[in-house]
Amino acid sequence: MSPLFRLGATLALAVSAAAPAFAAELTFWSWRQEDRAAYQEIIADFNKLHPDVKIKFEAFEPTSYNTILSTALAGGKGPDLIQARAYGGLEAFAKPGYFLALDKTMVPELDNFAPDVLAAESMREDGKVYAVPFATQTVLILYNKELFQKNGVNPPESWEDMIAAAKAFKAKGVMPFANGTATAWQNEILMGAFGPSLYGREFNGDLVSGKATFQDKRFVDALAKLTELKEHLPQGFTGVDYPTMQQLFISGRAAMIAAGSFEIANFRRQNPKLEIGVIPGPAAAKGGPRLVSLFVDGGYAINAKTEHRADAIKFIRYVATPRFGDLFSSKLGNISPIKGVKIEDGLLADVARLNASSSPYVMLVNFRYQEPTGSTLIQSGVQKMMAGQATPVEVGADVTKGIAAYYKPFQK
Amino acid sequence: MGAFMPNMSPRLRRPLWIALLLTPALLLMIGFVTLPILSAFVYAFYKWQGLARIGFAGFENFRLILFQPPFSTWTYNAFFHNLIVFVSLMVVQNGTAFFLAWMLSKGLRLHRFHQVSLFLPVILSTVIIGFLWKLFLNPLFGLVNQTLVAIGLASWAQPWLGQPSTALASLIVVNAWHWVGFPTLVYLAAMQRIPREILESAEIDGAGEWTRIRRIVWPLVAPATTIVVILTFIGSFNWFELPYIMSGLEGPPFHSTDVLGLYFYRTAFGTVSAALQDFGRGSALAVLIFLFILCISAWWVRILRRREIDL
Repeated sequence: MSPLFRLGATLALAVSAAAPAFAAELTFWSWRQEDRAAYQEIIADFNKLHPDVKIKFEAFEPTSYNTILSTALAGGKGPDLIQARAYGGLEAFAKPGYFLALDKTMVPELDNFAPDVLAAESMREDGKVYAVPFATQTVLILYNKELFQKNGVNPPESWEDMIAAAKAFKAKGVMPFANGTATAWQNEILMGAFGPSLYGREFNGDLVSGKATFQDKRFVDALAKLTELKEHLPQGFTGVDYPTMQQLFISGRAAMIAAGSFEIANFRRQNPKLEIGVIPGPAAAKGGPRLVSLFVDGGYAINAKTEHRADAIKFIRYVATPRFGDLFSSKLGNISPIKGVKIEDGLLADVARLNASSSPYVMLVNFRYQEPTGSTLIQSGVQKMMAGQATPVEVGADVTKGIAAYYKPFQK
Repeated sequence: MGAFMPNMSPRLRRPLWIALLLTPALLLMIGFVTLPILSAFVYAFYKWQGLARIGFAGFENFRLILFQPPFSTWTYNAFFHNLIVFVSLMVVQNGTAFFLAWMLSKGLRLHRFHQVSLFLPVILSTVIIGFLWKLFLNPLFGLVNQTLVAIGLASWAQPWLGQPSTALASLIVVNAWHWVGFPTLVYLAAMQRIPREILESAEIDGAGEWTRIRRIVWPLVAPATTIVVILTFIGSFNWFELPYIMSGLEGPPFHSTDVLGLYFYRTAFGTVSAALQDFGRGSALAVLIFLFILCISAWWVRILRRREIDL
């Protein structure tokens, strides 16, 4: 190493070490372009507590976000603060060591989260938390309150009620459901909304402990029930894609839609007059338990190679406080998992209440860590079944066989 | 230029000047085309965790995509669809193009107008075409089904993109509609180069239209056929934009419109809602697609060139 180079390196180090003193600017990457304004407000609120830490919010197109982010991180660069996914999507970044592991000495506010919520942002291997969760999402049924009232139909509680309601709507010329199966992931949503109430509370636990597979009678029966919906879906539903089904519900042409709670903010923005109600999937039998599917949406992480670690931690601690949670829930219309957050919006409060009786969104939570993912398998499986080209038994067997490639309990 | 190289002889100056002008373009080509291709070859032999290389994998990635279900099932399924796309486009798109070119070459009334309208879709971007046709084919409020209902053919109305029997065919038809102007133009140019006297004397000798096409036009446009076949082949096996926009990354319904381009993208970059990112398998797939296209194209160019002479 030449003396000149050494001098230069020392100088560079000195400059970078001194940098935080000159109000460093941290970059914060997200896939939520539409949330830019809300994040500006959130950052402004953070600056009331820490005026010296400047944060620049940059958003990217969701489908290429992973690619852009991982390219930057692999090159040893990337933002200081990162909006990250959960479960397998988190591990893909945490495992190569791109994210800083967080613990309670560094971020005491982690105590504000329930253990299963933190688990979604932890790596299974080391159990360490790598991101602060920002929202939970619920998969359930949204319904158009006005259409229900106008047609004298009550929100269904049992499967039988629901079929009767669907028939009543059809007789009045209203589409019962907006759902179509053309977009692959909407098939998983369909199963997520109806599945848990049909296969029950214990099924997920039995899968994880290895007692049950997807060939279990409970799961296959739930799939079979799903096919009964076919005649209540829009005409040509196999060709109805995601944007079309959204529009059918938003425009008030369809009375119900099996969907994620993440749709609510978007639906209301597009049609502010739409009065939305929420119900869990109907119970298999009258009076039976009704469950929604629940998952953690994602979290905020710190780049392991950031030059502004102390400042980044300040922000990460902030996003773990109820103060942030309140703001997040009210500005972004999503449910913050932070304990002590008050949800003012009536509809979101309803969703939060339903979350008390939930089952994990099964494929994302348990089987989206390795290929072929449970999601890939169930999506094309349900799509095929709804098109009448596979039986529930075949779908259960295919999914089990696919996952068995890497999941020991299924290899028997 | 004299100011930069005052003492150089003109004989040396010229090649140097050419090299200087070529360098920027060459560097761009190397940086953005050659290196990525070569790096994909290297990547294919590693095990990946997201974008981090975690170890040498040998031929494991190739084994997975070629011999390990369900990955191999997906590979062959997608490959088979590319093949269908190629064959169908050869018949539907290029066959139509040949006859359209023949009609246009006759210089009938309004042939200029038809020539322009045929070529018009070609200049539109695939994104626009795909989006428009996706709307046209919408089962509920799409133009196609509504037209069928309006003319009393309601039973023909289908969820075109939602059933395996029609989804791929719909995409092929849209692709043909989009691109038919290009081979038409290539054939038209070739046909216009055929000396009129040959066709006229054949006509005088009593050769019917079909004989003239088969015996004179077809052999004389052989170089155009070479170009059209090779370009269609490369286009069919690199098919991505249209199925991506009209059906989606998973090639729905249940992989019935899946092609190698979609499968590669899903594998290498993952999807938001199902597939995980795997650069190893993705690169292996890209390498195989690249080698396949390269070898077949090279082989075909040789065969087709020889055919041009034979004919």
